[in-house]
Amino acid sequence: MDIRTTAAADDQNLSPAAPLVVAADVRKRFGDNEVLKGIDIAVPKGEVVCIIGPSGSGKSTFLRCINQLERIDGGAIWVAGELVGYRRDGNFLHELTDAEIARQRRRIGMVFQRFNLFPHLTAIENIIEGPVQVLGEKPAEARERAEALLARVGLADKRDAYPAHLSGGQQQRVAIARALAMRPELLLFDEPTSALDPELVGEVLGVMRDLAGSGMTMIVVTHELGFAREVGNRVAFMDQGQLVEIGDARKVLTDPQQARTRAFISAVHK
Amino acid sequence: MTDTVYQISHLVHVPRRHYGRMVAAALVLAALAAIAHAFVVGQIEWSYVGEFLTVPAIMTGLVNTIVMAILAMVVGIVLGVVFAIMRLSDNPVLSYTALGYIWLFRAVPALLQLLLWFNLALIFPTMGIPGLFSVPTVEVMTPFVAALLGLGIQQGAFTAEVVRAGLLSVDRGQYEAAQTLGMTRLKMLRRIIMPQAMRVIIPPVGNEFIGMVKLTSLASVIQYAEILHSAQNIYYANSRVIELLIVAAFWYLIVVTALSLIQGRIEKYYSKGAAPAADTK
Ligand SMILES: Nc1ncnc2c1ncn2[C@@H]1O[C@H](COP(=O)(O)OP(=O)(O)OP(=O)(O)O)[C@@H](O)[C@H]1O
Ligand SMILES: [Mg+2]
Repeated sequence: MDIRTTAAADDQNLSPAAPLVVAADVRKRFGDNEVLKGIDIAVPKGEVVCIIGPSGSGKSTFLRCINQLERIDGGAIWVAGELVGYRRDGNFLHELTDAEIARQRRRIGMVFQRFNLFPHLTAIENIIEGPVQVLGEKPAEARERAEALLARVGLADKRDAYPAHLSGGQQQRVAIARALAMRPELLLFDEPTSALDPELVGEVLGVMRDLAGSGMTMIVVTHELGFAREVGNRVAFMDQGQLVEIGDARKVLTDPQQARTRAFISAVHK
Repeated sequence: MTDTVYQISHLVHVPRRHYGRMVAAALVLAALAAIAHAFVVGQIEWSYVGEFLTVPAIMTGLVNTIVMAILAMVVGIVLGVVFAIMRLSDNPVLSYTALGYIWLFRAVPALLQLLLWFNLALIFPTMGIPGLFSVPTVEVMTPFVAALLGLGIQQGAFTAEVVRAGLLSVDRGQYEAAQTLGMTRLKMLRRIIMPQAMRVIIPPVGNEFIGMVKLTSLASVIQYAEILHSAQNIYYANSRVIELLIVAAFWYLIVVTALSLIQGRIEKYYSKGAAPAADTK
């Protein structure tokens, strides 16, 4: 594995200005299909980066590599200064154990396109599951925080509803509250509104806008260009496993420099 | 133009006659009556059935049957869960070992397995840890132990397949959501995956539990004092064969009926949150 050492990598105690997420030449293949062909990106704390791009370009795969739902084949990723999936010991990289990988995932929240709430648990039970079972929080304490989180996503009255009784928009807001309950440093969103009826998209984007406003670091894969322009600090355009263009959200969306970006944006706007 | 042909409200309505149904019902009733009559006039001393229904030997047999069914099922479920998880493991040694276990113990008939365990002393006269201790196998392989091992181990092979199907029925997104929360594999299985898999697992395991109650009767051939064995012991003495078999059948009916009711309760419990309308508290 070839690790390109960056300044961030060598410095275990990052200064506040150092990026929260660093990806260096990240590569991933499924069989013969090279899906990520060297992704480089650095995301500072508190930034919202929106990733856009055509279907099959590798957006989901890249997000999943960040929290190790996929194992990368080349390059490296650091989150909060920690090398993802490996422990560095001098010139050796030791693969982490399952327990260590689980520990690394705690600080990274993920929101899925299809919500993936636990259907056998009520809304509030979904939210306290992680804090109690993984972080070892006291149930009473976790419950109190969960109620506050439900109120924050506007669902205080749905605390005892099972997911099957909630609309898609409500389920996704519970899923966001569930991710927040782990007190993550980073939130990953994979097309959080793509499975929603159009009239429910707004309520989920509203919650995400509030989160961005509160300083949460977010990487958002989305087709909502309006949201990307309004809330995103930067927009990255991915195509065929490469980040073709990355820059200020408004600038990339209104005045893209690359022909491929321009073609994609005008096609979406049609 | 109000033609009288279209005025039908004054006519009398004659319901359709289901002659076919009546004939079928009459035939079935006649057959049932014939069977009942046969049992009444047959050589069955019903008073013996009542008399032996609750004698101590039968009661002990009943308790032994229930105890063996429960213990063998517990062994079966524990083995089933362990081997199902092994079967789905990435480790090829674990996976193929589980496959071999399932293959072997599903293939060999239960009765034959009981006989093999019971006669284990013929291959291994003593058992233990070499140098530490050793005991004669016949003393360990009592009818109880042989029946428990034989029934439990073969049940484990069946249950492993049921559990595996249950685990596979849970959506991949559930595994990913649990991993994303930082759960370790065991915690994920215990807290998130198994409770959902249970909905798929419970009905067949319930059926197998009922099957197990009846399967315990096989243990009579290795002298385990379950209910059939107790009934046989009595009729060897008094020759009331049919009466005592009816006594045993009666108790199997009771136990299986009770189990069916319990199964319904458990299924309801694990359908929590399954579908709208399903949660009636
Ligand atoms: N588990 C997998 N096994 C094999 N191929 C995969 C797997 N996951 C993704 N791929 C392939 O990798 C490529 C990128 O997939 P990915 O899901 O990352 O795209 P995407 O940009 O998220 O697309 P979309 O907008 O449709 O969600 C696709 O060609 C896909 O078929
Ligand atoms: Mg995707």
